[in-house]
Amino acid sequence: MTSKSERMFDVLVVGAGPAGLAAATSATRAGARTAIVDAGVAPGGQYWRHPAPSEDGVSAAEVAHLHHGLATYHRLVAGLRAVAQFSEHHVWTVTRDTDGFVVHVIDRTGGGERAVELRSRRLILAPGAYDRQIPFPGWDLPGVMTAGGVQALLKGHGVVAGPRVLVAGTGPFLLPVAAGLSESGANVLGVHEAASPLAWLSELGAVIRNVNKLGEGASYARMLARHRIPVHTRSVVVSAHGTDAVERVTTMRLDRKGRVVSGSERTIAVDVLAVGWGFTPQLELPLALGCATRVDVDGSLVCEVDDEQRSSVEGVFVAGEACGVGGAALATVEGEIAGTVAAGASSVAPRLRRSRAALRRFAQAMHRSHPVPAGWVDRLSDNTTVCRCEEVSFGALRSMQQDLDAHDGRSAKMLTRAGMGYCQARTCGYAVGCILGQEASRTSGFAERPVSSPLTLGALAASSPTERA
Amino acid sequence: MPDVVIVGAGIVGAACAYYAAREGLSVAVLERGTVAGGTTSRGEGNILVSDKEPGPELNLALASRTRWLELAAEFGPDPFELEEKGGLVVATSDPGVAALTRFAEGQRATGVETVAVRADQLHDHEPNLAPDLPGGVLYPQDMQVQPVLAAVSLLAAARSLGATVVRGEEVVAAERGPDGRVTAVRTRTGSYPTNAVVNAAGTWGGQVGERLGAPIPILPRRGFILVTEPLPRVVRHKVYSADYVENVASDVAGLETSTVVEGTQGGTVLIGASRERVGFDDTMSVEVLRRLASLAVRLFPFLADVRLMRTYRGFRPYCPDHLPVIGPDPRIPGLFHACGHEGAGIGLAPATGKLISQMLTNDQPDIDPSAFAPSRFAQVTAE
Ligand SMILES: Cc1cc2nc3c(=O)[nH]c(=O)nc-3n(C[C@H](O)[C@H](O)[C@H](O)COP(=O)(O)OP(=O)(O)OC[C@H]3O[C@@H](n4cnc5c(N)ncnc54)[C@H](O)[C@@H]3O)c2cc1C
Ligand SMILES: Cc1cc2nc3c(=O)[nH]c(=O)nc-3n(C[C@H](O)[C@H](O)[C@H](O)COP(=O)(O)OP(=O)(O)OC[C@H]3O[C@@H](n4cnc5c(N)ncnc54)[C@H](O)[C@@H]3O)c2cc1C
Repeated sequence: MTSKSERMFDVLVVGAGPAGLAAATSATRAGARTAIVDAGVAPGGQYWRHPAPSEDGVSAAEVAHLHHGLATYHRLVAGLRAVAQFSEHHVWTVTRDTDGFVVHVIDRTGGGERAVELRSRRLILAPGAYDRQIPFPGWDLPGVMTAGGVQALLKGHGVVAGPRVLVAGTGPFLLPVAAGLSESGANVLGVHEAASPLAWLSELGAVIRNVNKLGEGASYARMLARHRIPVHTRSVVVSAHGTDAVERVTTMRLDRKGRVVSGSERTIAVDVLAVGWGFTPQLELPLALGCATRVDVDGSLVCEVDDEQRSSVEGVFVAGEACGVGGAALATVEGEIAGTVAAGASSVAPRLRRSRAALRRFAQAMHRSHPVPAGWVDRLSDNTTVCRCEEVSFGALRSMQQDLDAHDGRSAKMLTRAGMGYCQARTCGYAVGCILGQEASRTSGFAERPVSSPLTLGALAASSPTERA
Repeated sequence: MPDVVIVGAGIVGAACAYYAAREGLSVAVLERGTVAGGTTSRGEGNILVSDKEPGPELNLALASRTRWLELAAEFGPDPFELEEKGGLVVATSDPGVAALTRFAEGQRATGVETVAVRADQLHDHEPNLAPDLPGGVLYPQDMQVQPVLAAVSLLAAARSLGATVVRGEEVVAAERGPDGRVTAVRTRTGSYPTNAVVNAAGTWGGQVGERLGAPIPILPRRGFILVTEPLPRVVRHKVYSADYVENVASDVAGLETSTVVEGTQGGTVLIGASRERVGFDDTMSVEVLRRLASLAVRLFPFLADVRLMRTYRGFRPYCPDHLPVIGPDPRIPGLFHACGHEGAGIGLAPATGKLISQMLTNDQPDIDPSAFAPSRFAQVTAE
């Protein structure tokens, strides 16, 4: 990418996870001048996260056993030959232009920071999701990590977070995390799944239509059995303990309604606690363009899209987790549809529509079976930290509500600084919203981030707009 | 039945509510959104005398500054992050120094404290400033507050004096008696009987005026602010370039940027502020952010390596003559306006609230309000 005129694309894809990769390969196949931008060092996203070519001496081959669907990955990456690829490029915002969109990126290749602009007639946003987190006493101890974070360490760096790991939370994605850790030599003490083992029975319809998907789950389950990893259902970690790092966790049983059963406490010695409560879609880029949102079955704010993955904003398509969390297979199909349509193809293969419909039903069944059990707010004490960046406690939020009669997310930010730190509310936004008793549809304040990835004022000042091609 | 209904729970509505409640009036504040969720949460909290030329606004600012100090002492300790940090205005050229010095002399005559600062003294006040600036003026009276905390504290104090604050109530009309006086305020969901209404709807004051039957000319003027990552104390005063003084009073419709750089108690550095007349267009303008960033780096070179965390944007409420509207509306007995404070609403709120409470109780106003009278607009007197 040397001359400025080369920077006007027909289709620009943000995110090189399953959705973005599929979108870019479909768009280029349909003849569009396509670009793909991703913050990571190598394409793959959360699902196919790969180490940088030589980072830490870990090669992609060494982490290959951690990946599923690698054949798809290789096929998609091979399809990027004619696509302009920008890795280690963070999109910090997107704006409209008379003939399309301006994508404002920070080029972080080579360790520096340079602000540049890319232009495109159509945009496909596939920014994925991040781990949804829920505070509990001790969750801010070193060694307490998100399931996604543990998995990223493993896939991206070949690092096992610690010798004795307990995996907890809810959802089918806990299984591959436990299996991957175990395959890599960790002592996985157990998986504590909050949902009931019977939850899926009522969702049989969706499950049967997704035998492949189930096959993947079943193979993880076999792997867990092989490594003798116990799976405890209706069990939840209520607190973590330790001085400088987590040393022990306390688990409790949940009754049929998701309430803790008193007297069921068990204490387990651990080095690492990996917790996953589902995912929160990353919506700042769609929101910056004004794309309409809705609340999904799992309570997340997601982008509204039509049958062809079009958002409410002309020329902007959204695919993958950002329009509803549903796993890599669904993300791939949505990306393929978005890429095809954005490139101007007149029709979408009925096969793709069918498989998207089935995968979405499966995703919804998954969400219904794996709710976040209510009651976690009651287990917080006044000194439990809720916002870790700004060290805002549960007590501070409560006194804001009581003394200042302020109950909304914006006030929480302005009055307690919750959500104002480095992670920009990615960690605490969901929890603060729940604590304030807000519906997800009203928490877009925590999803909006005018600066999606912080950049230096020097880089911003030195940037200059590129001329129109 | 409340004696007065205040429309809008921004800093101005909050100050009106507090001072009215302190006079013993029963007060209801109606806010369509969340408390202090309007322009009050979109800007900085500068309480400036330095940027105002001698005249009615400066008089209001000086009175308001004293009231802010009283409020902080009354509500204390440290109720809303009030800091008497002083402002340092720096010129970027020699003619700039001369213009600034003349401006400061005029201000001094009205009671503003000013201290001329030579080029070689600048770094005693502000060690991290660029090395090549030709001089400036220090304004010890400039201060800052955290606007949302201040508004919410004023409302909490008003509530403890018996006021009620209702969120999610959008005012849509006024009901009037046979003599034309206000008898009630109608919202989307109900009606609040009252004898007096205060339009403290900020940038939406024009719209609310119209809904109440008395339109006034309030327009939006967009502004962006940059917020950096938290830093140790690196900027001591509010530091701004002298061209700000010219921009504020300008009538040019296009973009104006000048830099105000200041630290906050949270550790972040705020960089403001642009002024544009683009209606209620709330799309992000990277061009504006870029200009703000370069101006800030020009004043404080170390900022080049500091990260931008977020930006705010807001719409300042302004009147064509750049003065707020404070006082009774001659068209509708019982209706008062308290809006249009442009880029100074935080600073001017307490004096505005005090004036309104004096007008509501027929007390002698402590400053001359004539320059702020709604009747100064032809639109108001024509009817
Ligand atoms: C712990 C864990 C286990 C999982 N296990 C499974 C499983 O077993 N089976 C399954 O089907 N799914 C699993 N998933 C889910 C799967 O990872 C996701 O469904 C899938 O990755 C979603 O694809 P996506 O393309 O929407 O987003 P992602 O894969 O998240 O990709 C988004 C990409 O966008 C980039 N990006 C975002 N914002 C920007 C920006 N502003 N600038 C530049 N780049 C940006 C990111 O760097 C990322 O590379 C798991 C997820 C986790 C976290
Ligand atoms: C970028 C920027 C920087 C600034 N910096 C400073 C500064 O440093 N110092 C300073 O003094 N000022 C500053 N300002 C200006 C200051 O923020 C405003 O002047 C001030 O907040 C106006 O307060 P307000 O109470 O009049 O309006 P608002 O805070 O907007 O309150 C008005 C309220 O009325 C409500 N409302 C509207 N219509 C209705 C209705 N029909 N029914 C019920 N409620 C309604 C709104 O929801 C809103 O909450 C800045 C502004 C901007 C944009």
